[in-house]
Amino acid sequence: MQFILSTLRPAASLLMLFTGLTGVVYPLAVTGVAQALFPAQANGSLIEKDGKVLGSRLIGQPFDDVRSFFGRPSATSPAPYNASASAGSNLGPTNPVLAAAVRERIAALRSVDPSEAAVPVPVDLVTASGSGLDPHISPAAALYQVHRVAKARDLAEEDVRALVLEHVEERALGLFGEPRVNVLLLNRALDEVARRSASE
Amino acid sequence: MTANAVVQFLVFLVLLIGLALPLGAYMARVYNGEARMAQRLLSPIEHLFYRIACIRSDEEMPWTKYAANVVVFNVLGAFVVYLLQRTQAALPLNPAHLPNVPPEVSFNTAVSFATNTNWQTYSGETTMSYFTQMLGLGVQNFVSAATGMAVLIAFVRGLVRRRAESLGSFWVDLTRSTLYILLPLSFALAILLVSQGVVQTFSGSATAERLSPTMSNGHGVIEQVLALGPAASQIAIKQLGTNGGGFFNANSAHPFENPTPISNLLQLISILLIPTALCFTFGSMVRDRREGRAILSAMLVVFIPLLVATTVFEQRGNPILRGAGVDDVASAISSGGNMEGKEVRFGITSSALWAVATTAASNGSVNAMHDSFTPLGGLVPMWLIQLGEIIFGGVGSGLYGMLIYAIIAVFIAGLMVGRTPEYLGKKIEAYEIKMASLVILLPAAAVLIGTAVACLVPAGSAPIGNPGSHGFSEILYAFSSGANNNGSAFGGLTASGTFYATAIGLCMWIGRYWVIVPVLAIAGSLARKKVVPVGAGTFPTHTPLFVGLLVGTIALVGALTFIPALALGPIVEHLQLLAR
Repeated sequence: MQFILSTLRPAASLLMLFTGLTGVVYPLAVTGVAQALFPAQANGSLIEKDGKVLGSRLIGQPFDDVRSFFGRPSATSPAPYNASASAGSNLGPTNPVLAAAVRERIAALRSVDPSEAAVPVPVDLVTASGSGLDPHISPAAALYQVHRVAKARDLAEEDVRALVLEHVEERALGLFGEPRVNVLLLNRALDEVARRSASE
Repeated sequence: MTANAVVQFLVFLVLLIGLALPLGAYMARVYNGEARMAQRLLSPIEHLFYRIACIRSDEEMPWTKYAANVVVFNVLGAFVVYLLQRTQAALPLNPAHLPNVPPEVSFNTAVSFATNTNWQTYSGETTMSYFTQMLGLGVQNFVSAATGMAVLIAFVRGLVRRRAESLGSFWVDLTRSTLYILLPLSFALAILLVSQGVVQTFSGSATAERLSPTMSNGHGVIEQVLALGPAASQIAIKQLGTNGGGFFNANSAHPFENPTPISNLLQLISILLIPTALCFTFGSMVRDRREGRAILSAMLVVFIPLLVATTVFEQRGNPILRGAGVDDVASAISSGGNMEGKEVRFGITSSALWAVATTAASNGSVNAMHDSFTPLGGLVPMWLIQLGEIIFGGVGSGLYGMLIYAIIAVFIAGLMVGRTPEYLGKKIEAYEIKMASLVILLPAAAVLIGTAVACLVPAGSAPIGNPGSHGFSEILYAFSSGANNNGSAFGGLTASGTFYATAIGLCMWIGRYWVIVPVLAIAGSLARKKVVPVGAGTFPTHTPLFVGLLVGTIALVGALTFIPALALGPIVEHLQLLAR
């Protein structure tokens, strides 16, 4: 009885107090400050136009139209780039399923652009990302697709290449992370360019 | 390794140690009750808590009472987390209308968060309501980390005090760790993370109209539902408290959890910050800073070569894919390497650094999928976990684990010269060595026995995600991660079934409390001893010689215990890869 009083009472009261402080006050305070200082980021960095949400600049979208740049393969289910159920493939390096999937992706890329058949494919373009929502591809993977996209859209290859280079985000402070291209933003810009050149 | 990788690692280590120095000094002041500035601000809350909970701030506990309080507090915490999951459907803040969590997953998760493991058998965005995440998991993120810090401080008191019967008050150490250290740091980090794009909102999700519809199972898909939530506040403490449990399933690979290289750097530093700083706190509390620096040096001597190894193997890529026509050479416009399971914004370098940091510390959050690492690139994280989470390790738990190894190291040195070993002036005798052996043997036994049982029963081998030796690696990694309270996984293993939920749950329990109790027993025994004055025969424990001996002891124990098991998994797989 003595033990229960001297141990359970402080244990239960402290747990309750910390639940209030770290479980309620803390997240509410962070939410309050975050919504006041960085409302756009706190709500998902959404791209909005005419009151409609068109995506998030942080979350990738799937593209399978040859006139668009493709993003990375995504292992989310039931459909790729399911932003309510992030997941990687978790395929091991020697798993035959991985090798077969990569071969199939390479074949698919080459079938829509036979001129690239002899060129090795940048690795990130045929491997699934960790989240299944990776918004980026490497600049190499974007440049690899320039020929196909330009041809499909009937645009000059140099113009498309320039657009890609415009969209390259460099390493942070020249040091951290990797150079990359946001596929959604690139494809939006591409649509814009195509619309303009069509109206000219 | 690329030049960028070398510079990135160096800058990271300088930033880490530069930030840990002042924090370490501050924490020493907090535990000695001398942090004046912070106390002026926070001590009204601290004392209000003590009044409500009927705690005397000057209470002194013998080790038995300290340990009993630790266990009771944690059992109670686990029980509450269990209840919240079992009833979340009827509770508020559940915008996605998620059902109650099944019993075995609830049990596993409750133990997982109370033990600072944060092994996740569930997928965050589709299983746990915001209410459960905040009041259950979020709270345990704080108090489980604070528990580890409290036990460490009690252990250090055992080393410092002479002829004393007590180790301080668990309630006071717990409260101070949370209030003065974890909470302010988390708040600052959470806001910084939001500035980078980590979400923090109570609206359930946003629905976007996609730029380009695609076909899926014969239906055109035009919408994308973006899961949101109060993520930043949880991610901040997940990293600082070496918890690692993600808000979303993909953990820190998810762009809403870790959107930019800067958010990645902030989180990486946070993973190792408190464990590093505690080395300085330790030096300050034993009144010999060289002792803290020696321990930190030993950690770095193990950490740096393993970091280089993982980076090299991941950068080398997968020869099977190269043979299929993949270009995986690093260049100015591509990270190259083994990119399956990795994010482009982090590439090889930032992913390898994360994998090594998160498994050296008992954090367990991931920004790349360890299951898809190359065999040897994945061996390193697994071995770091198996060493017992002492290279940085969990907040508090890493350093007390390391100090146990220091005791073993001086014991071995004592055997070599035939003298009674001493550590910091305290004689190390049979009782201490018995308890230290328990600390090392129990988690190792849980890993190896658990893995063996899982290989023998169908319920253990059926949920494997990859064939061959890699499948064995998945099992070995799961039990290593559980029994050493890391929480990361080779995620191909489906661990939500009854067998794994229960078995890993038990391992996490053993790995935490069957270590804490002997650690506190050693502390209690050391506190009672007098201090032997330094003499000509004293073996100094702040020299490079001692660092070498300590690293040797760790490597020897780690190698002898686990290399046979590792040979069946990643090493065989590596040879298979070479044979192609």
